[in-house]
Amino acid sequence: MQKYSIFNLIKNAFSNHINWDLAWKDPTPKKEYDVVIIGGGGHGLATAYYLAKEHNITNVAIIEKGWIGGGNVGRNTTIIRSNYMHDDNALFSEFGMDLWRKMSQDLNYNVMFSPRGIINLAHSDAQMNVYARRGNSMRLNGIDAVLLNREQVKEVIPMADFSDNVRFPIFGGLMQPSAGTARHDAVAWGYARQADSMGVDIIQNCEVTGFDLEGGKINGVRTSRGNIKVKKIGLCVAGSTNILAEKLNMTLPVETHLLQACVSEPVKPVLDKVVTFGAGHFYISQSDKGEMVMGGDLDGYNSYAQRGNLPTLQHVLTEGIAMMPFLSKLKMLRTWGGIMDMSMDGSPIIDKTHIEGLYLNCGWCYGGFKATPASGWTFAHTIAQDRVHKLNAGYSLNRFNTGHLLDEKGLGTKTWIS
Amino acid sequence: MLHIKCPHCGMRSQNEFSYGGDASVKRPKLNQEISDQDWDNFVYNRKSLRGKHLELWHHLSGCRQWIKVERDTSTHEIFRTMKANEDNS
Ligand SMILES: Cc1cc2nc3c(=O)[nH]c(=O)nc-3n(C[C@H](O)[C@H](O)[C@H](O)COP(=O)(O)OP(=O)(O)OC[C@H]3O[C@@H](n4cnc5c(N)ncnc54)[C@H](O)[C@@H]3O)c2cc1C
Ligand SMILES: [Zn+2]
Repeated sequence: MQKYSIFNLIKNAFSNHINWDLAWKDPTPKKEYDVVIIGGGGHGLATAYYLAKEHNITNVAIIEKGWIGGGNVGRNTTIIRSNYMHDDNALFSEFGMDLWRKMSQDLNYNVMFSPRGIINLAHSDAQMNVYARRGNSMRLNGIDAVLLNREQVKEVIPMADFSDNVRFPIFGGLMQPSAGTARHDAVAWGYARQADSMGVDIIQNCEVTGFDLEGGKINGVRTSRGNIKVKKIGLCVAGSTNILAEKLNMTLPVETHLLQACVSEPVKPVLDKVVTFGAGHFYISQSDKGEMVMGGDLDGYNSYAQRGNLPTLQHVLTEGIAMMPFLSKLKMLRTWGGIMDMSMDGSPIIDKTHIEGLYLNCGWCYGGFKATPASGWTFAHTIAQDRVHKLNAGYSLNRFNTGHLLDEKGLGTKTWIS
Repeated sequence: MLHIKCPHCGMRSQNEFSYGGDASVKRPKLNQEISDQDWDNFVYNRKSLRGKHLELWHHLSGCRQWIKVERDTSTHEIFRTMKANEDNS
């Protein structure tokens, strides 16, 4: 594999950059693999990479129905954080933060990780108390957290509405300075390129249509480009999880919903943090190109449409303008949507299943981009060793049966209903 | 914007409704042995169908009745709407 470096960049400039190697090949599926990963999103690609790198398992195929990075990994707003209260979520995410910090070097691909900090705004005394508690829990787990008062928030984001007559005055906020953003496409491409170079087959335009079982065990997978024999399958299809689960007669504690995001026209640098509104669902950051990147609520009803509806967008942007009035002056450049695997307690599932050889990775809700490296790392471990790692032990499927829910926000089932 | 025909009030904008999820889910009958699995299926597990999906909506800013709507989850086409106590079949 050609290394990406300043010297290679200069060298290739002399030949107008037409001699670069392809970043990954376009193989035809083999008859048999040791492991098949279904879904070429961030999690599938990362899983294949860590299978090869950490476990030396390279006879692996990633099967993607469209193109890699065309799903949620290419549609998200790239917020990376570990500001969780519960141990299982906090330790898993903080392990991921460490992988993020090393990712560009590790993958020899600039993922533009930008640890610019995230601020969750508080709009009441009660909310400040809740944030203080969460911040303390984070610090006990070794995660950086700073509770800011109103004046301190004002110093960092003076463009927020600090006037007196607002419906949701800013009381302060909880900041995780080490949180940030990264370039989502680069994450997918970086993992793909490295996985490919270690022998993983990335098979695009190939849809998984069914499974072959023998004596209750996985024996193969059926695809639009033929049948493949395989004993271990990692299911990593985010918003399409229920569709494939149905083919295995499984009903899961997951529902598919649509989440929208949008960007404004690019403007000069104004905001160097990620900021979330505390009285509703709205968050914002500014991209390197200058666009304000914004998102918020789900559309609210089951959807596989991959495109959103106006009422929700209007509602979300109303919150945005309440928080930062200058946004009303900006023109909207683009809106889009992705289909989310919403789990019933808001936390993901990375586990084995009752079917031998079938491994499940789903339930990422709005927060699966930040989890990409840790999810890939732990899922690869779970598949390779046929047992969960302690980092993903809390993300079990049977927690819904035993009552050990990971209900970070204390909202009960259907955490997305507000 | 969805337009939902409330069986009580007629065609209304989506903004008047709130969503109640899969209408085919049945609460286990009381006064009989109920397995954990039955409760799981009621509380957590969902088919989340792509295509025709029978679901509950609440006409919150209208007659405040719960209704059933049969909608395609990938095209948002609405095939029919019913009162909550009407049969699905
Ligand atoms: C608008 C929006 C904003 C978001 N913002 C954030 C954020 O700020 N921070 C954050 O952490 N997370 C965010 N998320 C969530 C995050 O993007 C997802 O949780 C995460 O990307 C899901 O994992 P993935 O990358 O593997 O999924 P995907 O990229 O969706 O990968 C799944 C892949 O499976 C493929 N597939 C499906 N069915 C089949 C089949 N039958 N055969 C073969 N392939 C199949 C799909 O084509 C797809 O490429 C956001 C999501 C959206 C939509
Ligand atoms: Zn009505």
